Amino acid sequence: MRNIYLDNAATTKVDEKVVREMLPYFTEKYGNASSQHLVGQEAKRALQESRHVIAKSINAKDDEIIFTSGGTESNNLALKGLFFANKEAGTEKNHIITTKIEHDCVLNSCKWLEKQGAKITCIDVNSEGFVNINQLKQSITPNTLVVSIIHGNNEIGTIQDIEEIGKICREKGVYFHIDACQSYTKTPINVKKQNLDLVTLNSHKIHGPKGVGALYIREGIKIIPLAHGGGHEKALRNGTENVSGIVGFAKSVNLASSGDIKHMTKLRDYLIEEILKIPNTKLNGAKGDKRLCNNINISFNNIEGEAIGGYLDSYGICSSTGSACSSHTLETSHVLKAIGLSNLQANTTLRLSLSKYTTKEEIDYTLEILKKVVEKLRRMSPIK
Amino acid sequence: MENRCESLYSKEVIKHFKNPKNMGEMKDADAVGKVGNPRCGDILRVFLKIEKKKINGKEKDYIKDIKFQTFGCMAAIAVSSVLTEMVKGKTIEEAKKLKNNEIVKKLGGLPAIKYHCSLLGAEALNEAIKNYESRLLKKDGDGFDWTTSLKKKK
Repeated sequence: MRNIYLDNAATTKVDEKVVREMLPYFTEKYGNASSQHLVGQEAKRALQESRHVIAKSINAKDDEIIFTSGGTESNNLALKGLFFANKEAGTEKNHIITTKIEHDCVLNSCKWLEKQGAKITCIDVNSEGFVNINQLKQSITPNTLVVSIIHGNNEIGTIQDIEEIGKICREKGVYFHIDACQSYTKTPINVKKQNLDLVTLNSHKIHGPKGVGALYIREGIKIIPLAHGGGHEKALRNGTENVSGIVGFAKSVNLASSGDIKHMTKLRDYLIEEILKIPNTKLNGAKGDKRLCNNINISFNNIEGEAIGGYLDSYGICSSTGSACSSHTLETSHVLKAIGLSNLQANTTLRLSLSKYTTKEEIDYTLEILKKVVEKLRRMSPIK
Repeated sequence: MENRCESLYSKEVIKHFKNPKNMGEMKDADAVGKVGNPRCGDILRVFLKIEKKKINGKEKDYIKDIKFQTFGCMAAIAVSSVLTEMVKGKTIEEAKKLKNNEIVKKLGGLPAIKYHCSLLGAEALNEAIKNYESRLLKKDGDGFDWTTSLKKKK
């Protein structure tokens, strides 16, 4: 049976070159980077080299990069670390501004921080998913600690104008954190040019291994760790470093190329154009270069995304709903709600996300099957 | 063809989802039941064709044909399909007794968060039966001899 993987926003296949790079760090160079002997120093060197790769990719200094277990941990560390560092220092800064289209790990961290005394403001987005900049400006108070915004949205692919938001935050003297899990290596991130203070990065969305990520923390910014321990990662992320994972992460960053972006963009635009030829379909999110190069999110009127996904799966095509009736929850996607979709419309949504491995032939096959499936489900639907 | 959703759904759910039985609209239905779940957005519509037949010498209303239309997830579609198979040919009395847990059992189980889909199926069937019965009462008002019909049933 065919296996067409169009769920790369969930996770990606690890590049075989990444695996090859990682392998020696399991059985040969297995040292603890904190050890002073040869094996340990080998691991330490790998760690330093990897840190340099990540730092360079976003125009940061090496020691501004903290390795973590992934996007969720980095987002938690950024927000909770900042909040409690300020609480400890006795500052009045307890206000966090975020948006209505964040990943759950940011929204749920904020909800929890609210119980710890934080004030949270969630900014609206427009129908394409762009943050309301005026509302953002007006929401900043002398107590505002940080503005936290998802760079490229995981569901609808909208890429925020972080340069403009970064400028506003720097002028107003508040920290700016971006969650770049989906956008990293797909659209430029430059911490100096874009005035970024904290940046969440992860590995498994870019053909690296799972369980590895990083947090960029601009020099001089005080945060406190989530877990206390032996002083790893400048005592901000304690616990023996995942050296093999980090080496793989760095390799995946090194392998990312502008050619991949061009390839995905071309296929994305072709797929969107062809799907929109099916009657009663609508693209959710932004268009063109303001959209992640691998994201397609479409509402198919009168049929449910989960059912479309179920049929696609039986033809070997992996997709996602990112909406209600997904495997974990019945709640309608907060992102689709935020861009103005009703519960019913949100349930008709299907997300397809491409990778550098996706081929034109796979897209053509997917289109052929998708048309059949949509027709079948529409015949079945009581809503016309 | 295999289906990889099997980690979430039983084989029976996948079977019914992929080849739903009795799917479509019924133009000359005697009764229609429609229910919706405002939370997950699913909508089920059940059509009934009802006739009489003698069972042990007694004339009874039975479901001669049944069709469904569903706007919903895989579970909702599978519930609709299996439900129609379970009650097709049954008397109204028997169909009324159908419980949602029997539907779940017939499907080889449903994930906990999809359990409500089975309720929706049972409700749609009940609505259709209610619709039929209320039509009978109306027919009564229009000169239909309801008492004779009831006596006959006894």
